[in-house]
Amino acid sequence: MSLRTGWRKIVNVVMLSLTGVCALFTVSALFFILGYLVYYGGKSLNWAFFVNLPAPVGEAGGGMANAIVGSGKLLLLASLLGVPIGFLGGVYLAEFGGRTFCFIVRYITDLLNGAPSIVMGIFAYTIIVIPMRHFSAFAGGMALGVMMIPIAVRTTEESLRAVPLVLREGALALGASKWKTVATVVVPAAIRGIVTGIMLTLARVAGETAPLLFTAFSNRFWSQGWNQPIASLPVMIYTYGLSAYDDWHRQAWAAGLVLLALVLAANIGARFVVSRGISFRRV
Amino acid sequence: MVDRARLSGRARQFMQKLRHGDEVAHLITLLAAASIIVVTVMLVYQLFINCALPRHKFGFEFFLGRTWDPVSGDFGALPFIYGTLVSSALALLLAVPLGVGAAIFLSELAPPRISNYLTFVIELLAAVPSVIYGVLGIFVLVPVLRTVVMPFLKHTLGFLPFFKGPIYGVSMLAGGVVLAIMIVPFIISVSREVLLAVPVEQREAALAVGATKWESTWQVVVPFARVGIMASVFLALARALGETMAVTMVIGNDPKINASLFAPAYSIAAVIANEFTEATGDLYLQALIELGLVLFLVTIVINGLARLVIIATTQKGATQG
Amino acid sequence: MKLKTSITSIALGAVLLVLGVCAFVDSPSAAPAPTPDSAMLINGAGATFPYPIYSKWFDEYHKLHPDLQFNYQSIGSGGGIRQIIAGTVDFGATDGPMTDEQLGQAKTKILHFPTVMGAVVPTYNIQGVSQELNFTPEALAGIFLGKITKWNDPAIAGPNKDVTLPDQDIVVVHRSDGSGTTYVWVDYLSKVSEEWKTKVGKNTSVNWPVGLGGKGNEGVSGLVKQTPGAIGYVELIYAAQNNMPYGKVKNSSGIFVKADLASVTAAAAGAAKSMPDDFRVSITNSLGKAVYPIASFTWLLVPEKIEDSAKKKAIVDFLHWMLKDGQGMVEALSYAKLPKEVVAKETKAISQVQ
Repeated sequence: MSLRTGWRKIVNVVMLSLTGVCALFTVSALFFILGYLVYYGGKSLNWAFFVNLPAPVGEAGGGMANAIVGSGKLLLLASLLGVPIGFLGGVYLAEFGGRTFCFIVRYITDLLNGAPSIVMGIFAYTIIVIPMRHFSAFAGGMALGVMMIPIAVRTTEESLRAVPLVLREGALALGASKWKTVATVVVPAAIRGIVTGIMLTLARVAGETAPLLFTAFSNRFWSQGWNQPIASLPVMIYTYGLSAYDDWHRQAWAAGLVLLALVLAANIGARFVVSRGISFRRV
Repeated sequence: MVDRARLSGRARQFMQKLRHGDEVAHLITLLAAASIIVVTVMLVYQLFINCALPRHKFGFEFFLGRTWDPVSGDFGALPFIYGTLVSSALALLLAVPLGVGAAIFLSELAPPRISNYLTFVIELLAAVPSVIYGVLGIFVLVPVLRTVVMPFLKHTLGFLPFFKGPIYGVSMLAGGVVLAIMIVPFIISVSREVLLAVPVEQREAALAVGATKWESTWQVVVPFARVGIMASVFLALARALGETMAVTMVIGNDPKINASLFAPAYSIAAVIANEFTEATGDLYLQALIELGLVLFLVTIVINGLARLVIIATTQKGATQG
Repeated sequence: MKLKTSITSIALGAVLLVLGVCAFVDSPSAAPAPTPDSAMLINGAGATFPYPIYSKWFDEYHKLHPDLQFNYQSIGSGGGIRQIIAGTVDFGATDGPMTDEQLGQAKTKILHFPTVMGAVVPTYNIQGVSQELNFTPEALAGIFLGKITKWNDPAIAGPNKDVTLPDQDIVVVHRSDGSGTTYVWVDYLSKVSEEWKTKVGKNTSVNWPVGLGGKGNEGVSGLVKQTPGAIGYVELIYAAQNNMPYGKVKNSSGIFVKADLASVTAAAAGAAKSMPDDFRVSITNSLGKAVYPIASFTWLLVPEKIEDSAKKKAIVDFLHWMLKDGQGMVEALSYAKLPKEVVAKETKAISQVQ
């Protein structure tokens, strides 16, 4: 074996091992994050956390009940905006649209997807908070809703496109009109993909903090209705995490664990239900 | 009721379709799709008109000004543009080798089941909220950087301008590292798909002429997929540019331009998050909005380029889009 | 296939159920609501300086009046001023009084109501040093101007002969948000350092020559606690509650004074007698032997005209309560009570709120 071949073999082994190291490093990052939160957050999770309102500064025993419910309310509002537009938009792109217009819509949807979340916050501030002259759950929900639209559109369209042509042709052959075909045959066939897409996008906006900073603001009490400022888990994590109070740090870990658990559960659930993603295959 | 006898043929067809709901469905879904365009246009428009004051006062000088002084009303965007670009560039510098390396492992070396499982786990990293990266950054990453990594860098590479100066912990370096961890899943995910789509004949041909596995991968497969990998880098870059929470918690929040990576810095998204609710005075608030507009336009351009690249390569059929 | 579909439907149903419950948990029509139907929410925002005492007050007041909720968010005095000018909150709070220019920007006249007095202290994190350090005005100005960069600099070591200061870099921590605490600090520095006055000036947000930015008093204390060699300025209670050492400052009579109730009260003694009608006054660097030089009033910003009469009554009642019962709670949190003369004058001034 010549020297050159020997060298090439060494390079081969070294580089390939390095790629393995890269992969393991990345994977271990997730396990580290999870482990850290489970350890520190788990220690701080108690009944008070889930049931109590925040206590005055420096006093122990506070909880994040209002933030948990607040996040729920914000997500509900976001879905009211994001789900209909996302779903119907996706239906249009998959079933009804013409080539050029569809291209434009898809392109713009992707651009909207890439918009920084802080910019969404500014947008909601200028069109909702300023005219209404106060912060509100409504403004926060709308900011999150706009962020939901692109992913909802894309997953709806992909799921609808994945429905075999045969099903559509069968329905049309039986005399159903276009919209009836879509509504009663195609959509039910694609419903799994659509629903999991919506759950994924909900999980994504559940963790967003920046758009809420100056729309939903925050609230130390229960927020009533939709017109008042409202607390949310990510904003509480941010506020408490930055402080110097150990008690607040503990609560931030607990909140982080709760948030992460929900987000991961939604993602894992979605993958399980719809075996999405390109699985290993060499073309 | 409409007098059907008076209607022309086409209108009558329309009325018939209307009763059957097709046109209604078409209309409703069309409105939904169009509203997406409307919302995006409104977004840009609102950003634009709400920064009229600084645009008129500073013009293009806004992008060159180095001072951010609310007291005297002098606002310059350069420190934030610098902070955003450098932290993102640093993030790419760290994430691209890591990500492409991991993608190569997952597509070429790992057995299929392990590859799928590991990819799934890595894609979960992308789902972790930014604020959680931020708190972990404060409590884990910054102390590690401050006590271990930065002194080591200063000791070994301290002659370079990048590693000079006092060590605070929160710094441009911390911002870059946090961003790198956040964007690496995107690079891995897309690169892996792209590498898997390279035809097996390419690999076989290389191996047939005596290349080692690494040489076949690095010199044949990766170049074949390089356009898709570049697209993933663009997407990762766009994500890094807009990232707010994790960055503002570890970057130090100091609007200064400094060659050293140990020094604190400030990014566009971070300054908006910190100062928006309290920008006293319209000029101040609108200067922040103008920064937001700049950031948005930059991410549009980069995303647009990435999408065009993906579309072009999809049509060529070379890679999976 | 069927299993997966059922799982999807169950998951979707669960999510909808949870979201639906959240929506109704605190709506007025729910029977076992956590708060009574008629609970009124009054929103305020502003200074982090008095946040500990405000959160205590609002909590206690809510116990006394369960139908009233004062939601106070500590986003910094700059935020309080901004939001009350924009009218997005019902009241603001600041420790840097509004300038005439800012008052002119508001649609309605904004009144200042002092609530407590507090102190801004230099807190630090130096390895091996847990004693109180003595800081001269020149030292503080030099540190924050970036001219003094090491802890064992003679300007710092001079007045601290019995402490061994390490040869460690000083990490300056300031506020990244618009802050009344900043205003008090730079107001003091402007009075004691001509260079500071011309180079940086005073405002709730300034162009800092050096340093890291932390968000709120909470953020600055957090950053100082985490960073060896750091020095930052925070409201007294934040250093005390987090067991962080803070230094004495040399006052205008040349005596190193520690911030506490007595020294802060002394700082206001002169101003109490000559308090202007709009209550906007600075008490930094006051004259007197026992005075702590970096002290300040903090104010609630209330619009002169409040349209919602229920809200108006709630705010006015709270202000009266604050001046009587509320003052009894402040000392436990290391804030100083308002001087008698100020309380009397303020009680009269509350009637200006229409």
